[in-house]
Amino acid sequence: MSTRLANQGRLIDRSKPVKFTFNGKSFTGFAGDTLASALLANDQMLVGRSFKYHRPRGIVASGAEEPNALLGLGSGDRFEPNQRATTTELFDGLESASQNHWPSLEYDIGAVNKAFARFLPAGFYYKMFIHPRPFWKHIYEPFIRQSAGLGRAPKDRDADRYEHFYAFTDILVIGGGVAGLLAAKTAAQSGAKVMVLEQTAHWGGRAPVDGGTVNGTAVADYIAILVTELEAMDNVTMRLRCMGAGVYDHGYALGYERVTDHAPSLEGPRHRLWRIRAKQIITATGAIERPLSFAGNDVPGVMLAAAMRDYAVNYGVTPGDKVIVATNNDDAYRTAICLKEMGVDVLRILDARDTGGGELMEQARELGIRIDCGRAIGKVSGGKRVKKVAICAQAGTGAALEEISCDAVAMSGGWSPVVHLWSHCGGKLTWDDSLSQFRPDPNRPPTGADGQGFVVPAGTANGEMHLGEIVSDAVAAGKKATQDAGFKAKRTAAPRGVDTAYAPMEPVWLMPRNAEMELRTKTWLDYQNDVKVSDVQLAAREGYESVEHTKRYTTLGMATDQGKLSNINGLATLANALDAKIPQVGTTTFRPPYTPISMGSIGGEARGEVFQPIRRTPMHDWNEAHGADWEPVGQWRRPYAYVRDGETVHDAVMRETRNVREAVGILDASTLGKIVVKGPDAGRFLDMMYTNMMSNLKPGKCRYGLMCSENGFLIDDGVVARIDDDTWFCHTTTGGAERIHAHMEEWLQTEWWDWKVYVANVTEQFAQIAVVGPKARAVLEKLGGMDVGKDDLPFMEWRDGILGGFDVRIYRISFSGELSYEIAVSASQGQALWNALRSAGDGFGMMPYGTETLHILRAEKGFIMIGDESDGTVIPQDLGLNWAISKKKEDFLGKRAQQRSHMTDPTRWKLVGLETTDGSVLPDGAYAVGEGVNANGQRNMVGRVTSTYYSPNLNKGIAMGLVLNGPDRMGEVLEFPGTDGKIYTATIVDPVFYDKDGEKQNV
Amino acid sequence: MLILHCPYCGVDADETELSPGGEAHLKRFGPGSSDEDFQDYLFARENPRGVHFERWRHAAGCGKWFHAARSTDTLEVFGTYSAQTTEPPKEICDRISGKRPGWTWRLFG
Ligand SMILES: [Zn+2]
Repeated sequence: MSTRLANQGRLIDRSKPVKFTFNGKSFTGFAGDTLASALLANDQMLVGRSFKYHRPRGIVASGAEEPNALLGLGSGDRFEPNQRATTTELFDGLESASQNHWPSLEYDIGAVNKAFARFLPAGFYYKMFIHPRPFWKHIYEPFIRQSAGLGRAPKDRDADRYEHFYAFTDILVIGGGVAGLLAAKTAAQSGAKVMVLEQTAHWGGRAPVDGGTVNGTAVADYIAILVTELEAMDNVTMRLRCMGAGVYDHGYALGYERVTDHAPSLEGPRHRLWRIRAKQIITATGAIERPLSFAGNDVPGVMLAAAMRDYAVNYGVTPGDKVIVATNNDDAYRTAICLKEMGVDVLRILDARDTGGGELMEQARELGIRIDCGRAIGKVSGGKRVKKVAICAQAGTGAALEEISCDAVAMSGGWSPVVHLWSHCGGKLTWDDSLSQFRPDPNRPPTGADGQGFVVPAGTANGEMHLGEIVSDAVAAGKKATQDAGFKAKRTAAPRGVDTAYAPMEPVWLMPRNAEMELRTKTWLDYQNDVKVSDVQLAAREGYESVEHTKRYTTLGMATDQGKLSNINGLATLANALDAKIPQVGTTTFRPPYTPISMGSIGGEARGEVFQPIRRTPMHDWNEAHGADWEPVGQWRRPYAYVRDGETVHDAVMRETRNVREAVGILDASTLGKIVVKGPDAGRFLDMMYTNMMSNLKPGKCRYGLMCSENGFLIDDGVVARIDDDTWFCHTTTGGAERIHAHMEEWLQTEWWDWKVYVANVTEQFAQIAVVGPKARAVLEKLGGMDVGKDDLPFMEWRDGILGGFDVRIYRISFSGELSYEIAVSASQGQALWNALRSAGDGFGMMPYGTETLHILRAEKGFIMIGDESDGTVIPQDLGLNWAISKKKEDFLGKRAQQRSHMTDPTRWKLVGLETTDGSVLPDGAYAVGEGVNANGQRNMVGRVTSTYYSPNLNKGIAMGLVLNGPDRMGEVLEFPGTDGKIYTATIVDPVFYDKDGEKQNV
Repeated sequence: MLILHCPYCGVDADETELSPGGEAHLKRFGPGSSDEDFQDYLFARENPRGVHFERWRHAAGCGKWFHAARSTDTLEVFGTYSAQTTEPPKEICDRISGKRPGWTWRLFG
């Protein structure tokens, strides 16, 4: 059984028991345990079920590469799925639960999926779509739905806090093992600013477990000295529990720090995302051991050899009493020796190499461990844990020579350097034949802005497997990064590292070499996604030669572990099947993050109220206090309506809309964009910006203008006022000011840079208040101070003056068809002017109105709204706005495009009014259907609704829409099928529903 | 996450401060131009692996447009320069020639 040994465990504190739960059951571990080591100490071998077949899964690794032990942690608003038990530090009260099973981990009904295995070969998704439809619906879909998803998504809003840190450093070292620490020290001695990130809670990496000496000191002690030295240096920042998540362009890197995951009672954010800029980055990210591909290599109790050693040395835990070791290299002998010395029964070492290993093999033999060379595992038996191992010859097809009962298997297929961070930004790899591994190609590093490499690999991550080379490589990497960052490296000799020499490893991609089909269909490459050797071989037979295609076809390496264990074995299997060399097949792309990081950390503080700024008008608080039902418009908040006690929002809109036409309304129009355009060439410039002529506008007058993109499409509209000889004042749509200002700047800076024009966005400098309705003039006259009569301030003109003591500019413009004044005042005076106008309006039945009333009023008048009647594919000609397109001007933005054949096509849909035959309201966005069907068998579309409202002034539904040959079809009735199943019928009418001659606005 | 030097305000700007503006040195075709010229001006773009000239705006900084000459494959930046020009400055072309002899890009090189 899996159990805690009486001694050992350099990372745990046996005097501090820690209580936790797994699937509701209480367990005890020790301070310093990971959740994985504590589960193993409690003989909890089974920790989950696989994605596709729901096969039993046990812990296979001891670090970030773990594919199986993915658990749900916490509960309620702190629940999080898919957390690796191997990287979860134990704390008192930790709650954990396994995933992918029903009703329980032990008795999973989904495991019957195994019976469906023949339906799920490589490419099963693609193949299924080809099958007859009923087959999909009744057999595959229910089955796939049952097995879909890994873990379950949290339901509650995340209760924790997250933050971003920005850091600038000369040298960033990713990885706090012996190589990273030594490289950091070498760099820091030059005076350069150095930052070191280590993903685990401990400095030193694997070295303290694997042993050896540096300069005669035990490597664990040497690491402690290094850490003390580095911590004492002012130019060094060191972060534990902080993973280098990604390396990006020009020395940008992300660090993912798990600040309080290990102790939720601590103050502070849960995760911290470090956004780092470094001149040079050293990747000292170590290596990951490879599984061996034999039948039953996924049975709980089969574990990576080095992981088993980690559990023994670091936590005093052994996953079994009777262990078999299978290997193709010397390193796994360390595990056998370590376990044996701790009193665990090591039954056999199966060394696939005919000649076996070197010095470590001799040491193991001296301890009395039996070693069989040229031998392999034919098959591991056992359901939820290892029961026995069939031994065969590595050279054969798997005929069993012997069967041994055991309860754990340690496997080692060699090591793969962690090249992810080297590769993220384009670092290339080279194939090392002697170690059968991809390692960084020093001649093809990721390059920065100066065209030079900015990443330097160090130690095991650079393919160095022995302490001596690791140590000297780390010092060399530290020096190179120091110099490339522009500092002078200190001339120091590398320390001398010593460990045991290895005999050469031998690549073993399938165990036994010619395993028969029966075994290959039980030989797993990707534990999380259930991809077998036979799947990859099938993909190759079906013509998948590219590793990227094979990955997607088989789903190899596509799970949350991104193939950390499976990729190399998978592509070796593919290479063998294609009879190609591994480097010719190549690797899939390494993409950040190295392991999944929380969505919370990516968002950081940007959530809730600070997700994005809210823009408020000077009258915002008044609006809020007077029943504003808020509508977001861009980043602005505008009142949709002012709702009174006892009213629905709809009631309020109807009341406000009637009141404007019958008495007088007041609108907070401050959000309208306001741009000043000034200079000797301003008129010429605006003639290019607008479709109509602006240069001939007289000072004191206003003109409605349209703006198009160079593609010809309508992008904005608004009223332009000529202020003086060289100054124009342009209104834009709400939320459009920044975009239009940028549009103007772009043309001024990049095309007509010799034109003498300034543009300034003054949107927030002014409050703007519209007083609208037949009694509007009376309200202004009551306030007094300037003449606002028909002749003093005619329609489509503006005047500066003093109104009720306020310094104002009044525009006589109308978006409602009523008598209307838009009064601009400096933003600081906005609320005071609003109050004054409200008081003056008292005897006239004045009411504030919101955006919905604004919309209904403009729709009654057939005025278009950018974003309703326009959608980026509409040109002004579609909207019957030819009157606003100058024929005199030689050029304006969009003019050439509007001459293209598609733009002049007479069958473009054109704007019309629509009136339902029964007075009801047309659904927004509904399409009109015509005769016949299209190539897909759908009914032909002949138009669509762009705006639709209930008009309380006309007591019926009114709408606008774009219709094929619309203006020529007045009086025709169109059918609009609704999503509610009803068919709405509407008559094509003139889009101006109210006061067709425009008399009311011009009084 | 590129860093580009803004030639106007002198800041080495992080990509988060910048907004991209597509290909540089497009020649505008307006009314009177042929359908082919106008269509190319609107839609036809280079897509090189290597030397490229781009427009960027220091949007969250000084607000100015500028041009950048850079390599799309190695991310090397050969230089940034004023947007108020119809061709890349000679010193930048020379610098590229020093590193990528024989380069061409549209009419330049
Ligand atoms: Zn700038």
